[in-house]
Amino acid sequence: MLIFGQAFASGGGQADPKAAVAALSDDAEICGCNGVSKGQVLACIEKGACSLDAVRDTCKASASCGSCTGLVENLLALALGEEVQAGPRTMCRCTSFGHGDVRREIVAQAMRSIPEVMQKLHWSTPDGCSSCRPALNYYLLCALPGEYVDDQQSRFVNERMHANIQKDGTYSVVPRMWGGLTNPRELRAIADVVEKFNAPMVKVTGGQRLDIFGIRKEDLPAVWADLGAAGMVSGHAYGKALRTVKTCVGSEWCRFGTQDSTGLGVKIEQATWGSWMPHKFKIAVSGCPRNCAEATIKDFGVVCVDSGYELHVGGNGGIKVRVTDLLCRVATEEEAIEHCAAFIQLYREEAWYLERTAPWIERVGLAYVQSRLLGDAQERAALAARFLHSQKFCQDDPWAKRAAGAEREHHAPMAIFTPMEIPA
Amino acid sequence: MIGEWLDIGWLDEIPLRGSRVIEVADGDDIAVFRTGDGKVFALRDRCPHKHGRLSQGIVHGGAVACPLHNWRISLSSGEALGEDQGCTPTVPVRIDAGRVLIQRAAMLAAAA
Repeated sequence: MLIFGQAFASGGGQADPKAAVAALSDDAEICGCNGVSKGQVLACIEKGACSLDAVRDTCKASASCGSCTGLVENLLALALGEEVQAGPRTMCRCTSFGHGDVRREIVAQAMRSIPEVMQKLHWSTPDGCSSCRPALNYYLLCALPGEYVDDQQSRFVNERMHANIQKDGTYSVVPRMWGGLTNPRELRAIADVVEKFNAPMVKVTGGQRLDIFGIRKEDLPAVWADLGAAGMVSGHAYGKALRTVKTCVGSEWCRFGTQDSTGLGVKIEQATWGSWMPHKFKIAVSGCPRNCAEATIKDFGVVCVDSGYELHVGGNGGIKVRVTDLLCRVATEEEAIEHCAAFIQLYREEAWYLERTAPWIERVGLAYVQSRLLGDAQERAALAARFLHSQKFCQDDPWAKRAAGAEREHHAPMAIFTPMEIPA
Repeated sequence: MIGEWLDIGWLDEIPLRGSRVIEVADGDDIAVFRTGDGKVFALRDRCPHKHGRLSQGIVHGGAVACPLHNWRISLSSGEALGEDQGCTPTVPVRIDAGRVLIQRAAMLAAAA
């Protein structure tokens, strides 16, 4: 038994996954986020939790990142056999519809607001929940570029505050550095912000950016004003949005570089920044097959070769590592950028909210994605054109607006109270 | 500002399905919420779980979802909903001619 270890149960290769979880000892950790053992999951099932949702609610297994969902489902099947309440996968508990149905109906019935969707699709709650409201807001935003008015109260805190909330209630701030390139002016501005606002930590991110930690929400507009004065805009590190385009140095410096990977990365980032997506979206451009920018674990990756550009899609370096699929090879930068825009738009229009490109491609199939992008040049051009149209309304730096005083209610307190001694 | 009820501002300064905070010197912030049906509630701006800022959460029905780990807190009772256990102090609020008034002593107790 020990030869295989307990990790064997969660890996592939076992013929019967139920047998694999059955073989685990009671103290084996099932949920690594919340520290829930097999014995604790089984105890909660024994006390009456007979669905995935019920297990998530009670012992919290699978309730955070979700990567142990398969293990929990196997434990449910093991403990309850046929009695597991599977049920259809709905968007959330406010509706009996799934994500696909809701997306289709929003477009088919030309719905224009969250209340209209909830009314027409018979929502069971007066104003939804923290799961469905952000999803509906995104679906409407995607369906009605330039027309739909974003509902700030249906945005998760990070997208409402344009910064990442941390466990102590402060925020982290990541300015955009196009293609991972920077210069003395930007670096000075970042260093000055770190000192001026006493940021306790500044960190290099995995996406080749600098992350400034410990900023109070009241100080965010002033921080953005200082960064903006040096020419920097929001890095959208907080959003279900285009995050970063990571690049290697490419043919300009590297003796192995076959194409200008930094230049192409900057062009792609300038074309795609600001766009809202079903989930976060990461891009990389590598200058040769050594792939120093790790393009083959990104949502969209370009690997330059002597004859042109290999375009890769659906990679993921996170919860479940997935290597990209090769979409196609193209000869020019213009073609690479057009394919990127078309791929993003297909994902934006058809994926479910909070579905990364990796599970989306596994759900719909690479052949389907290729048929939409490669089958007909006009269809690809139309997808790319729809993306560029929607970008007209998104490439408007949200930090600059708030630094100039817009939406103060998100940052300023309503009142400040200093208690006084009341004379006796 | 001395008195049983403190006037903290106009009702429409609080976004519908949103919240604002009152900063209390030497204490926790107080979060003032306005629900979709127009009711107003005030709670200590701390989740009973890991002290997340409830004022930054998504307001739905009569509850707010904490931004840190998505605990749902009842705005009227401060109690965690569903299977979670915990309670955040609440503060009485009332609306008078479009102004929001908050009970002074309860606010100081909740902020302490």
